[in-house]
Amino acid sequence: MDDGNNSTPRRQLQAGTTLSQRYLIQEVIGVGGMGSVYRARDLHFPNVVKLVAVKEMINLAPDPLVRQTIVQNFEREANLLATLNHPSIPRIYDYFSQDDRSYLVLEFIHGKDLEAIITDTDGFLPEEQVLAWGIELCDVLAYIHSHSPDPIIFRDMKPSNVMINHNGDVILVDFGIAKTFQTGVKGTMIGTEGYSPPEQYRGDATPLADIYALGATLHHALTRRDPRLEPPFSFAERPIRKMNPAVSIELETVIATALQYNVEERFPSAADMKDALVSAGRKTGVLSHLPTSNLQASAVKPLWTFTCEDEIRGTPAIHQGTLFIGSYDNNLYALNAADGKFLWKYPTDGGIVSRPGVYEGNVYFGSEDRRLHVVGARSGKVVWTYYTDGPIRSSPRVAEGHVFIGSDDHHLHAVNLNTGRAAWKFETSSSVRSTPFVANELVYVGNESGDFYTIDFRGEMKWRFQAKRAITSSPIVAGQAVYFGSMDSTLYALDARNGWILWRFRLGKSSIVSPAVAENIVITGAADGFIYAIETQSARELWRFRTEHQVSGSPVIYKDSVYCGSVDGQIYCLEYRSGRLRWKYATKGPITGSPLVYDDIVYIGSTDHQVYALLA
Amino acid sequence: MLDFFRKLFKKPAPRQDTATTAPLDEQQIQSIISGPSARSDIQQLISACGQSVGKQRDLNEDSILAITATLAGNSGNTPFGLYIVADGMGGHQFGEVASNTAIRTVAGTIMRKFHPYLFNLKPEPLDESLQEIILSAVGEAQKTIQREAPGSGTTLTAALILGQQVTIAHVGDSRAYMIYADGRIEPVTRDHSLVKRLEELGHISPDEAANYPHRNVLYRALGQGEGLEPDIFTIPFPSAGTLMLCSDGLWGVVSEQDVLHTFRESPNLQRACQNLVASANAAGGPDNISVVLIQLLG
Repeated sequence: MDDGNNSTPRRQLQAGTTLSQRYLIQEVIGVGGMGSVYRARDLHFPNVVKLVAVKEMINLAPDPLVRQTIVQNFEREANLLATLNHPSIPRIYDYFSQDDRSYLVLEFIHGKDLEAIITDTDGFLPEEQVLAWGIELCDVLAYIHSHSPDPIIFRDMKPSNVMINHNGDVILVDFGIAKTFQTGVKGTMIGTEGYSPPEQYRGDATPLADIYALGATLHHALTRRDPRLEPPFSFAERPIRKMNPAVSIELETVIATALQYNVEERFPSAADMKDALVSAGRKTGVLSHLPTSNLQASAVKPLWTFTCEDEIRGTPAIHQGTLFIGSYDNNLYALNAADGKFLWKYPTDGGIVSRPGVYEGNVYFGSEDRRLHVVGARSGKVVWTYYTDGPIRSSPRVAEGHVFIGSDDHHLHAVNLNTGRAAWKFETSSSVRSTPFVANELVYVGNESGDFYTIDFRGEMKWRFQAKRAITSSPIVAGQAVYFGSMDSTLYALDARNGWILWRFRLGKSSIVSPAVAENIVITGAADGFIYAIETQSARELWRFRTEHQVSGSPVIYKDSVYCGSVDGQIYCLEYRSGRLRWKYATKGPITGSPLVYDDIVYIGSTDHQVYALLA
Repeated sequence: MLDFFRKLFKKPAPRQDTATTAPLDEQQIQSIISGPSARSDIQQLISACGQSVGKQRDLNEDSILAITATLAGNSGNTPFGLYIVADGMGGHQFGEVASNTAIRTVAGTIMRKFHPYLFNLKPEPLDESLQEIILSAVGEAQKTIQREAPGSGTTLTAALILGQQVTIAHVGDSRAYMIYADGRIEPVTRDHSLVKRLEELGHISPDEAANYPHRNVLYRALGQGEGLEPDIFTIPFPSAGTLMLCSDGLWGVVSEQDVLHTFRESPNLQRACQNLVASANAAGGPDNISVVLIQLLG
């Protein structure tokens, strides 16, 4: 960044200004060399408060060529960010120019930068905390360094460019000078003195420069000694443990390796540095008790709550800013998702324990009054109802002009959306409480006697599989496999085309949990109180997380977190690759339903009669 | 290289004298060469194998197996295949016994489980997952080798295919590769060799690895040690792709690029196998060579 421009204060946007008729400026959250960073509200989401960060670049250069270069650099940052997709890199939403100013609209990060955290902390930051951040920073560096066609060099790793969000995770901000690296092409020296490695001063920035700067950043975090105030490349004369003897020799060694003067003596890649950090953590044992963020405790407060007249055992659905949720008080409620305000309720004659489906302006849901109800999403008025011969505990699945739903009358029903009449009913050997899944032009569903059926759109069975006990869990098809749990304490992976068992994973106890799948990980829970993560190809357990009671609600994966409720009354947010707890929130009753996560908000019902909206 | 192939295929030529043939026009030849694009409305597996003792050894210690079938059943016809490459460890006694025992025990255990499906009128439902079946087969082989040829060891790379799913069990440094329709070739197994481990740990570079003196040292082999843990995983058969199993007699001497080139230049799977074996021999043939190629049509 050009520090020369910093001295002249420029006109900042006032709170209340609207940019591009869309972004309502709330306040200044940072000042950079070329302009300010603002927190703003995106007015395109009138029903929810969606916050964004607006980064401003004021172009006052008199020379037209320089002006052009500045705009190009700004555009390059925008284009670069648009190609990146990583939990530790802010998402870019928009980019535009007005007069002398250009703006980037970015994901707003609830949190604080690492420099502020170092300054605001009395004494030293705990080693395990710095280690955890170091590991995450290696991950994001490895990601950008493996960018194709050319690696991206961040070039400006330092505490003030590392945000720690409300989950305690790192976000790398300011890609202003990040650059794609072409082998053999020399770049110019930009970066921050003190953090940058010697070769960057010679105009030579490679992925190994970021590794050095990461070492400098971690050194600063552990010692509180700002390298900008020290002679360049003097880390070797200032070993970490000389200033902070509480740090383990293992971690000191890893950071010293990253800070080697000679490129070839550093870690060859960010992935190698990560491995070294992980094994340092294992050796010293600090990895086994990684702290959850110190920022989190106060962060988890409901945005709003809403109280029904009886338990909530089901799962909410959202559609155009309205949250729909059924209760054991027989009503389906429609609430404003932004503030939890009551909009309408629709009474049935039985408890509602499932997840409503919303399709083309109508809400579909089954009730223990044996009926499938269809109600206008806005009006709350009945459209049609469909009778089965038993209580309905399965959730509806809408596909191909039909709604598919199971009933305790032993049937899977396919009901025409327009006429409200059965296209066909498929008879099974017992109650169908599992929610059907539709994929490959087939309907997949389990029942209470442990049969698993695959039915085509004409209502004819393609294949059947038998578990040893009930399949209440709802199947999910991902890739070429179908996954579901059973009361026989097994998580099954079957070939979705022909029903051959690819693998079985033994759970500690029975399961009615519907698995969730993301990338190569399937997440489920069981009555033994654990949330499990299993690798889909090898069926190996990646991690398990112990809650304090049975897990009967189903997990949801959103971004890189797993959200899951437990009968212990708490909703848990876990990092989905490691199972590390990010936060948890205690309701006043057991949770048996599943959360819904939408636009960074978690909605969950509890048997304490309440619906909660929490920040994801 | 071309001269070499000409030499290789010169001998069978005399047969032409007695055969009556209707020559194919250029278009027909091209359509045959382009191979599997002849779509099949029912999924089916085709496979081919190639083996050679190599140029520098007297004894073949590699063993291979290929079984290709179709299971008729109520969910339509399901392709079924079992393919195994095992490379008996040289320097150990009875390397060929170990690889042979491994193949027979693994295939025997698996085929016994599938026997009702293949040959009985009323199949009993299988109570085990494909991964459990292949794991128990490897466990059986481990026990059998330790009993019948103690001290010996072998690699094992086995692929059990049902429908579109490939379940692989792997120990040692034979390899399974996927050759994708877009022209990429990628190993799907990880060698259990010292040199690979050093490379994974960053102690040596891939270039150093290629010339590493102890390239044959395995840290995991069938028949060796207690508590053998094979790598077992299930992956989908890549659409219009090819699965290749081979011993290090092929991958150790012919680069991935050359494998790919030879494969793409060959008119069909059987010729591809022969040509791959030939190119390993042309590169010196220091070790036994085994290769199995499998395609899923339809």
